[in-house]
Amino acid sequence: MGCEIEIDQSEDMDIVLSSMWPENINEAGRQFNIERPGADQDMLEEVTINKESNIVDFKRLMELTNYSDKGNWQLANLIKNWEYRQANAVRLLREELENLSKQQEEVELKKLEILEEHRFEKDGYGGDKRPISVLDEHLKYLYQDAPRRKNDVIFRDEKIEIDAEYDSVIYWKQRSMNLEKLLEASLQREQILLGKLQESIENLERQSSPVEELSQVLMRADNFLHFVLQNAPVVIGHQDKELRYRFIFNHFPSLREEDIIGKTDVEIFKGAGVKESQDFKREVLERGLPAKREITFETELFGTKIFLIYVEPVFSKTGETIGVNYMGMEVTDQVRKREKMAKLREEMAVQKAKETELNKTIHITEESMRAKQMLATMSHEIRSPLSGVVSMAEILSHTKLDKEQRQLLNVMLSSGDLVLQLINDILDLSKVESGVMKLEATKFRPREVVKHVLQTAAASLQKLLTLEGHVADDVPVEVIGDVLRIRQILTNLVSNAIKFTHEGKVGIKIYVVPEPHSLTKQDSQKMSSDQTTDSATMGKELLMSEMEEDKVSHPDAEEPVVWIRCDVYDTGIGIPEHAMPTLFKKYMQVGADTARKYGGTGLGLAICKQLVELMGGYLTVSSKEHYGSTFTFILPYKVSLISDSSDDSDELSHTENQDFPNDGNDDDLHSGIFLFQPHTLASQRSGRIPKLSPITYGFNASQRLNGLLEDSSSPSSRITYKETSLEEDAYSAAGPMEASSDLEVSQTHSLLSNNSCSAEKNELGHSDMNNHFHPYAHSTSSSRVSENTNKTSETSVSQERYQTHEERDRASECSSSNNAEIPTAELKPKILLVEDNKIIVTVTKSLMKQLGHNVDVVNNGAEALRAVQRQSYDLILMDVCMPVMDGLQATRLIRSFEETGSWDDAVKAGIELQLPPENSSPNSQQKKPGKRIPIIAMTANALSESADDCFANGMDSFVSKPVTLQNLRQCLQQYLPE
Amino acid sequence: MEVDQLQRSFLEYSRLLFHEGFLDGQFSQLQLLQDESNPDFVLEVVSLFFEDSERLLNDLTIALDQQNVDFKKLDAHVHQFKGSSSSIGAQRVKNVCIAFRNLCDEQNAEGCLRCLQQVKQEYLLVKTKLEALLRLEQQIVAAGGAIPMLNEFC
Repeated sequence: MGCEIEIDQSEDMDIVLSSMWPENINEAGRQFNIERPGADQDMLEEVTINKESNIVDFKRLMELTNYSDKGNWQLANLIKNWEYRQANAVRLLREELENLSKQQEEVELKKLEILEEHRFEKDGYGGDKRPISVLDEHLKYLYQDAPRRKNDVIFRDEKIEIDAEYDSVIYWKQRSMNLEKLLEASLQREQILLGKLQESIENLERQSSPVEELSQVLMRADNFLHFVLQNAPVVIGHQDKELRYRFIFNHFPSLREEDIIGKTDVEIFKGAGVKESQDFKREVLERGLPAKREITFETELFGTKIFLIYVEPVFSKTGETIGVNYMGMEVTDQVRKREKMAKLREEMAVQKAKETELNKTIHITEESMRAKQMLATMSHEIRSPLSGVVSMAEILSHTKLDKEQRQLLNVMLSSGDLVLQLINDILDLSKVESGVMKLEATKFRPREVVKHVLQTAAASLQKLLTLEGHVADDVPVEVIGDVLRIRQILTNLVSNAIKFTHEGKVGIKIYVVPEPHSLTKQDSQKMSSDQTTDSATMGKELLMSEMEEDKVSHPDAEEPVVWIRCDVYDTGIGIPEHAMPTLFKKYMQVGADTARKYGGTGLGLAICKQLVELMGGYLTVSSKEHYGSTFTFILPYKVSLISDSSDDSDELSHTENQDFPNDGNDDDLHSGIFLFQPHTLASQRSGRIPKLSPITYGFNASQRLNGLLEDSSSPSSRITYKETSLEEDAYSAAGPMEASSDLEVSQTHSLLSNNSCSAEKNELGHSDMNNHFHPYAHSTSSSRVSENTNKTSETSVSQERYQTHEERDRASECSSSNNAEIPTAELKPKILLVEDNKIIVTVTKSLMKQLGHNVDVVNNGAEALRAVQRQSYDLILMDVCMPVMDGLQATRLIRSFEETGSWDDAVKAGIELQLPPENSSPNSQQKKPGKRIPIIAMTANALSESADDCFANGMDSFVSKPVTLQNLRQCLQQYLPE
Repeated sequence: MEVDQLQRSFLEYSRLLFHEGFLDGQFSQLQLLQDESNPDFVLEVVSLFFEDSERLLNDLTIALDQQNVDFKKLDAHVHQFKGSSSSIGAQRVKNVCIAFRNLCDEQNAEGCLRCLQQVKQEYLLVKTKLEALLRLEQQIVAAGGAIPMLNEFC
């Protein structure tokens, strides 16, 4: 009855337990943290445990378990587990027993009841049945614990059975039999229970063999550990006091048990790290404290691997260390990653530092740029008032002055000019340095440039020097480059050479050289100082590569590059060796006394060098003190193949013919040789006329020049330089100072004194150098001469002188003048002023008048076009910013006319031209298309951007506003035939 | 007044004008351009300048008065003004014009208005000064003296 239920319940409990745990492990198994869901119970069986990886010295293990603390603890754990299980079993048994005894009690009670009933029977035979009911009732209360339902059923059954015949003998018999049966059944049950108890006890006994159970537990723990660890990159081992392996888990696969057990690390492996790990283990062993370390192994067995090793000492019960437990994990990848990270971090830090540095540099650069910009701005600001000073002084010098005043004034002029020049140099330099300077690529003729430079130099020559130029035959007629800059460099070098040469000659020699790499060597041999070459070559190569790219974009055959070498040689004082290194440095001069004696800013060569390098060439120098110097620059030019075509033809007719060796028109310039003898000294002083007296030599020109070059191959020189646009004026201004000593002489010699001082000097020149005197220099005789000279106009003097020249000479100088117009043009150049501002018109007109020119005035570009159509001009001064049509457009249209000979573009642009077609055709005949009128822009700001615009639109030059006497004069000198 | 005294004060006055930046070298150039053949040159140019300036200032005022300022037009006027002033050497007017043009570029109407006021003021100042200078010059001429050359720049 009740006991069955109890057993059922306990069985249920067992089932629950077994579903959670392997049958033989009860709750105590939790101490191993084994948790296995029932569904996965088979998992373990499926995983085949690699027993091989586990090599155990069992004896040692036993020893370990017996002697080491850890072993003890583990055993204790197992025992505790076992005890727990035993206790549990005991508890279960007790419960069973309790149940049984309860049932027994019940049975006893029943017995008692039956006995009592029997007693009632005996006592009150026919007594009422109340006591029974009372007892029944009582019993019910008494045995509440017993399951009531069953009892009820049983009792009901009994009652039904008994109900038959109450109080009869049969009834009682039946009743006693029933009770007997009940008793029997009860006894039977008791018997069964006893059997069950016995069985349970037997079971208990069977189960409780501790060794078996323990080993099972161990096996499971072991299996589980295997399961977890078998694929882990972990080596676990135990080594004894002598560091011999006693146990290893996950050993290296190729090693067998006998290879490891009983051996030390050193005996097993060879290579880096083995010794270290052994020492480390020993250290742990000695110190008795667990420790971790990362060790890099480099063994034949498994290559380079990094292990993180954990070693802990194992103590015996007495506290002695008896070995170490060792656990190693391979962390090669992690370490690599870590190292990589560290490296990255380091790189980042470096990067950051670099960035900071860079920022600093940028900052500094910006600062210096700003400083440079400021210098440039300041210079620009200084230039304006200073040019006022100089021009005033100049004007003053044309008034009547006594000797002393004139001397003072001359000093003033030259000083002023020096400052101006310095400022211009600074501006130039800062332009180059800040990269603002842009190079133009225009067609030009090297011979023409050489000639002009020499002419200009000759014009301001104060000394008895021969200026010579030689252009080799192989130099192309026309090349492409930035002619302004090249001219600037040449002028610079030549004027420098002249400055430091007191007798002998100064010359330019131009010839084609091969690709300059080989030349560099040759050159540096010649050079006493070649330190500048390196940087130059670098710059050149850089630019060369750019150029090469250019070449790629155009077909090669179109514009081949030619390298032209230009030597500027002199027979001057030379450059001392010690000065060579600083020669091209800014603000450097050979010595303090040089500066005192020769003046100059020390910027000229620096600018030359920068310009040359900017153009992709290089500048070198060779010099011998007291013998002279040679400055050499080599530049790449594109060769223009379309030269000598129809558009040149008319220029050729008056200007270029002489330059072409094969032209045959002029014997003078047959071989590209220009020679300026010193005899024209004086005339230039006054009129600044480049006196051209080309002389043709009968003998081989190149031989001669080679000779000259040899003469000057060891020369030395110092260089001052003038900006091209300023050159003539600058010379004229610088002239008086040097000429001041001559002046006194001139006073005494002076014959013609009705003229201004320039005329006097003129005379002086003639008298000084009468042996070289040029016949036509005297023939200044025309009504216009006196008229103009009275007006202190030097230009007119020069003009007059020109008239006496042969046509060819004149034309060669005056590229803007046209043969057809010579009769009028040489008397008075026609100048057109295009300007909308009345005030500027008034002032400019007045200034021009001062300079001896009358100007026609129109007020905008459109009017200018009409004016040009109507009449031919020698020079146009063009405002840029104007209503109706601005100066840039007007210039473009004029250029277009010059090229095409028709005004179609202008008409297209919507300009109403005044002239009817029949008129315009003779007109255009008269002004042959192709003749180029010099157009000078008048710009409000002299900054380079706007200058670029001007050049881009076909203007030749520009003067900055406000227009001053000085810049007007410069401009006229440059562009008007004188 | 004595001629030399007049001449002295003329010199002093022009020196002052240069020193204070009202005029610059360009004006001296004008003075130098004046000679017997062209005795009233400076006066001519200066009167032209006055005339032109007043017209331009008027134009500027109108241009800036519009609801939508045409900055291009404004800039063109200022450009003109800058050209004129720089040509006669009215330096301070020119400088304001330069700033004015920058403001035109920025289309800064407010700044332009400010600049207009400034340029007007500068113009009036230089006008007064020039008139005074020219008066002195005329007095000198009337007194039979020569106009002294200014030999100093600022």
